[in-house]
Amino acid sequence: MNRKNIAPEIPATKLIFDVDAIRADFPILRQNIHGKQLVYLDNAATAQKPERVIKTLDNYYREYNANIHRGIHTLSQKATEAYEKARVKVQHFINASSAKEIIFVRGTTEGINLVAQSYGRTRLKTGDEIIISEMEHHSNIVPWQLLCEQTGAVLRVIPMNDDGELIMEEFEKLLGKKTRIVSVGHISNALGTINPIKKIIKVAHSCNAIVLIDGAQSVPHTAIDVQTLDCDFYAFSGHKLFGPTGIGVLYGKQSLLENMPPYHGGGDMIKMVTFKKTLYNDLPYKFEAGTPHISGVIGLGEAIDYVNDIGFDTIAAYENELIDYAIREASAIAGLKLIGTARDKASILSFVMDNIHPHDIGTVLDHEGIAIRTGHHCAMPVMEHFHVPATARASFAFYNKREEVDLLMTALEKCKEVFK
Amino acid sequence: MFDLKDLYQEVIVDHNRSPRNFGKMDNADRVAEGFNPICGDRLNLYLKLDNNRIADVSFDGSGCAISTASASLMTDELKGKSIVEAETMFNDFHRMLTDDKPHDMKQIEQLGKLAVLLGVKHYPTRVKCATLCWHTLHSAIEGKKTPVSTE
Repeated sequence: MNRKNIAPEIPATKLIFDVDAIRADFPILRQNIHGKQLVYLDNAATAQKPERVIKTLDNYYREYNANIHRGIHTLSQKATEAYEKARVKVQHFINASSAKEIIFVRGTTEGINLVAQSYGRTRLKTGDEIIISEMEHHSNIVPWQLLCEQTGAVLRVIPMNDDGELIMEEFEKLLGKKTRIVSVGHISNALGTINPIKKIIKVAHSCNAIVLIDGAQSVPHTAIDVQTLDCDFYAFSGHKLFGPTGIGVLYGKQSLLENMPPYHGGGDMIKMVTFKKTLYNDLPYKFEAGTPHISGVIGLGEAIDYVNDIGFDTIAAYENELIDYAIREASAIAGLKLIGTARDKASILSFVMDNIHPHDIGTVLDHEGIAIRTGHHCAMPVMEHFHVPATARASFAFYNKREEVDLLMTALEKCKEVFK
Repeated sequence: MFDLKDLYQEVIVDHNRSPRNFGKMDNADRVAEGFNPICGDRLNLYLKLDNNRIADVSFDGSGCAISTASASLMTDELKGKSIVEAETMFNDFHRMLTDDKPHDMKQIEQLGKLAVLLGVKHYPTRVKCATLCWHTLHSAIEGKKTPVSTE
């Protein structure tokens, strides 16, 4: 099947999307849990891997596992080539102007910590301000709190309304001469809200603040163009993008990265070492100390190829229909309350049910073969805002089907039976 | 296959719906706070002691059905027990949920109503829900000031 050749004249909402063919690409989906066909709705936690990615990893370890950037032997050359080729794939994937701007890290979390420590620690001083938002994942809160402790900088928080949308007027009030860094999530993992990052970036730049975007939840659902966005940093994880765990990307503008000190010291990030003085390597290697996650990088490159072959127009159109359907169906369940009702919302359905704790929902659903996430989703301030200890969250990928939404709704009705 | 009804038995559903000994105790001798950071469950335990005996016990907080029912059942069982008996019960209860060996039915019978929580054993991710109240009790007995965490 050639998914590239979908006729462009077909309106986006009527694209022919063969979900069963897509599902066949994901071997893990072909299994039963508690005797029922697996329904995997925990994609915001981690996405499943297509056969192509699994084979790429297998092939790397079977055929050309070697360390990169140092050996002159054939395998090392082959591994280095594949590793650097993946960097170029990432560059094009987010439309960075240079492959030097692509730093491989362990994941979004490490990307944010790198910026906080390398950029923030050398530049911020007492009284400087960092702005984040009320809906951030802990990984976009704690690194800045650490930085505040180290530098005396102050953390400011953009509030959100009860639909789970950022209150932009409040953001503009927070911005000022003292603002140095603005760091917000593109899509909220707990609510599904798509934040107006382009506007945030523009307004922040008018105050000379730099902007980091936490893209962990957005890269699997929407095309990213860092040049159009004009963000200063953009971080994302490979495993939510159908790639391996333990690999992620930090994009940074070259002009900023050039002037930042290394985050970690070690091999590969140097040009020359003496006990008197060490000369650091050029970008991007300055930020990639030690042997990296080579197979992870190559696997991520393959995952990007896979997603590109389907195309984000197709993915977005299909997923939007699916989430609209899920919202409609969930809203019809008596006693169910959606948490996060932003107008602009991605494939995340967060909810609570009357008198049934999310964990009990999670266990009942697991018995039906349905995997969802329950808990605070590493966004405890969000739970506080909505006065709930936790939510149940179903999160979708393009391999999910309407029938699975139906199974979810039936299982939720069953929860009510169990606890009536 | 393990049936869902073996986990959410009628007794558990009932104790979740209307938990016994639920509420703050104003004249408590000991108060302890329990917290499960993974799921956000919170529980306060209040103890009134008479020498080394539990004269009264209550709890409040928010949690899942397993955690609420477990605290409700625990408080019911503890009244009038000595501290040593309570600690022994905690050990037996913990063993019931975590021991890989086949159950010693005699020991389980000694746990009285708490035995209905036996099904939790089949859900390793939920064992913490059932034991949170017990860890908090232990902390209250020891008179610990910092909140107890299941992690």
